[in-house]
Amino acid sequence: MHTNFTPEEHDFEQEVQAFFKDKYPDDIKQKQDRAIPLLKEDFIRWQKVLYEQGWAAINWPVEYGGTGWSTVQKYIFANEMAKANAPAIVPFGLGMVGPVIYTYGNEEQKQRFLPDIAASNVWWCQGYSEPGSGSDLASLKTRADRDGNEYIVNGTKTWTTLGQMADWIFCLLRTSSDVARKQEGISFILVDMKTPGVTVRPIITIEGGHEVNEVHFEDVRVPLNNLIGEEGKGWTYGKVLLQHERTSIAGVARSEYRLNRLKDKIRNADKAQPSLQGDNSFLRKIAALEIELKALEYTELRTLAAVSVGNAPGPESSLLKIRGTEIQQRLDELFMEAAGYFSLPYVPDQYSLESNETMHVGFGSDTVSSLQYFNNRKASIYGGSNEIQKNIIAKHVLGL
Amino acid sequence: MDFSITEEQSALKDVISRFIDNEYDFERRMKIADGETAFNHEVWNFFVEQGFTAILFSEEDGGLDGGAVEMMLIMKEIGRGLMLEPFLENIVLAGGVLKRLGTTKQKEQWLGEIINGEIQATVAFTEPQSRFNLNDISTTAKKQNNQFIINGKKSFVPNGADADLIIMPARTSGSQSDTHGITLFGVSKESDGLSFNTYKTVDGHSATEITITNVKITADCVIGNIDEGYDCLEETIDEATLAICAEAIGIMRSLHDKTVEYSKNRVQFGIPIGGFQALQHRMVDNLMACEQSESLLLWAVMTDAKNTKNLKKAISGLKYQIGTAGKHVGQEAVQLHGGMGISWELDIAHLFKRLSALEILFGNADFHLQRFIDLSDS
Ligand SMILES: Cc1cc2nc3c(=O)[nH]c(=O)nc-3n(C[C@H](O)[C@H](O)[C@H](O)COP(=O)(O)OP(=O)(O)OC[C@H]3O[C@@H](n4cnc5c(N)ncnc54)[C@H](O)[C@@H]3O)c2cc1C
Ligand SMILES: Cc1cc2nc3c(=O)[nH]c(=O)nc-3n(C[C@H](O)[C@H](O)[C@H](O)COP(=O)(O)OP(=O)(O)OC[C@H]3O[C@@H](n4cnc5c(N)ncnc54)[C@H](O)[C@@H]3O)c2cc1C
Repeated sequence: MHTNFTPEEHDFEQEVQAFFKDKYPDDIKQKQDRAIPLLKEDFIRWQKVLYEQGWAAINWPVEYGGTGWSTVQKYIFANEMAKANAPAIVPFGLGMVGPVIYTYGNEEQKQRFLPDIAASNVWWCQGYSEPGSGSDLASLKTRADRDGNEYIVNGTKTWTTLGQMADWIFCLLRTSSDVARKQEGISFILVDMKTPGVTVRPIITIEGGHEVNEVHFEDVRVPLNNLIGEEGKGWTYGKVLLQHERTSIAGVARSEYRLNRLKDKIRNADKAQPSLQGDNSFLRKIAALEIELKALEYTELRTLAAVSVGNAPGPESSLLKIRGTEIQQRLDELFMEAAGYFSLPYVPDQYSLESNETMHVGFGSDTVSSLQYFNNRKASIYGGSNEIQKNIIAKHVLGL
Repeated sequence: MDFSITEEQSALKDVISRFIDNEYDFERRMKIADGETAFNHEVWNFFVEQGFTAILFSEEDGGLDGGAVEMMLIMKEIGRGLMLEPFLENIVLAGGVLKRLGTTKQKEQWLGEIINGEIQATVAFTEPQSRFNLNDISTTAKKQNNQFIINGKKSFVPNGADADLIIMPARTSGSQSDTHGITLFGVSKESDGLSFNTYKTVDGHSATEITITNVKITADCVIGNIDEGYDCLEETIDEATLAICAEAIGIMRSLHDKTVEYSKNRVQFGIPIGGFQALQHRMVDNLMACEQSESLLLWAVMTDAKNTKNLKKAISGLKYQIGTAGKHVGQEAVQLHGGMGISWELDIAHLFKRLSALEILFGNADFHLQRFIDLSDS
């Protein structure tokens, strides 16, 4: 039993480090490190850099432009990406709809959609949740009714992340209500956001940002060949995707990166709020969190080891999601606590590439800590709330 | 033993409570928060007309002889209504310093003007490096003939943009963290050498950073004795801490009630989510957190102010409770609302943000737990 890298894996690690050192655009790095919000163009530019390197579609099979990496290589890459504080890949195309298309789509669909997803030419969003169907996703009501060689879509999707930037939306839609179980009669359908009848309305979140939306469908005509796989099987496809979403949500490497930044903050507190340095109760909280995080890292490694010998991530992925998001939220709390009064000014616009520390209220990015804390309460809600994850573990692991 | 309030106290609570229900709904509150000014001056006039601004002062000082109970009743309602008007800054902070140490002349002028709403006031109690330590003061005041020259920086001064009178602690002797050597100055916002950087805060309020460069203050603007301002500052901040704990409890109850109500109406899996035992127990925990907090609030309110050590302990105990139980209730209210809990449109988000700010204001849970230990007889 060991967690050592082979010499090849060591070489790979160096290769990845060199890539982030040389190819990660400096202006985007500056923005990431200095709490300056990224624009859509920044995400796309960065993902295209990864694409040029052949490292965008990490989990995809090689034939569709994937890396063919081993589990360990993926792990190394995720770690280096976090250490470089590079923006996470926007998951909707590369992480979510891509895998569904190459697994369940037909040849024509693969050729039509996958290259643009891999190259980040097309921005996707996820249309699952509805106002009346959150945790109880299978109760969704947005309808896709057949009419000749088209579906007519009517209804409302909500909480659609970055829908305002998206070109396409992948949806779970009800194609039949005449079913024994509500999970049946749901289909996985792709919709071009420019189709007449699609409107996007912003939802402002707690900290004042615009990242989620309501998407309305009024008599939206969608070609039948935008259906992925079989009609009525969308629930099964969608669930596979959710499990992948949950493992990646754990964000161990990113939490490690942030934990180290928090320690730096305390180390440098003599220039800011010196009393933090001797604040033993605060140091104990950081240490406790570090121990939690180490446990999660090993739990993730165990899951990865199981996946690498061919097991699909099962209900244990719920554990990673629950603990992973709890740790992220705890980090948010501690950053805000460390910032103290400087977490309170609402000055998100003070950070820009042209501004510098002396012009800012607070030390470093102190004032963002509260916004991050408030906003990231979402982490225990989206992707299936943590209560729902516990229900899944209770049912499928404990057999209750 | 008697936990009941008097008829006058009950009437006071009714006036402000009715005002919130009839004229200060969430929509109006959000308009004020998003507006140009930090708070609504008409609403502040209402506070003045109703005598709220006079309640906490003695009759001799032109007040109505109220005390901790009255303050608690008002602040709980301010919390429930998420009110933005600066009762805390004017009455509890600035008024608190003046009623304790002001000369007859200072009271007649400043306190009188605060009570009748002619001026706005505040206390500048933090510096960039000081965190929660009131005694950590590097702003200096050097005596020169009959005046003082003040230099330094005050961070996070609530109501700082509107305050005509800013009470500033500054160091007249001793080293940076000594309690002795701190003097309180009444500084006019018009003074040459003050520069202000005002911003909205995450809870819809506003605050100001003040840079002080060679500001000249005449000796008659010293409040209390030279070098001996610390005790008054600490007592005043303690009273203000008590006040915001009452505000926090108003918010916690509101969050709790709204969450229970929401859980009865939000249907998932064919039943109201309040039917899921996993959530029921958590709402019961929230109720207990509210009740325990209320009990500590009453402990602090009823502690004899003459026993300063006991009072400090009670207030730190209460603030610790608000910092922990308050955080819990806030996070749970958001979580149980699902996505709705983090949407700007709902009051839940804004109650949660104010509660989170109050956790920090005047010292967080860790700070007050340590203070509680330090005040305990070993
Ligand atoms: C920031 C953000 C981004 C999102 N992005 C997307 C997106 O891009 N695409 C998309 O489709 N969706 C998205 N979502 C939606 C997300 O998946 C839902 O919010 C989530 O599934 C919860 O649903 P709900 O908000 O309706 O809460 P509800 O289902 O109403 O739940 C309310 C509360 O009840 C609890 N609860 C519900 N049922 C049970 C039960 N049986 N037992 C115990 N507790 C229960 C929940 O855990 C929660 O605490 C996003 C949400 C957020 C907040
Ligand atoms: C020291 C001691 C002294 C006692 N003295 C007396 C006495 O003087 N007179 C008397 O009549 N009885 C007495 N009892 C019995 C006591 O009232 C029962 O133990 C108690 O009611 C629990 O019942 P149970 O032990 O059968 O556990 P169970 O009812 O079998 O419960 C097992 C576990 O399941 C949980 N549980 C059960 N139902 C639910 C539910 N609906 N939702 C969530 N959780 C649930 C319980 O909380 C418990 O954790 C005593 C018990 C003890 C341990």
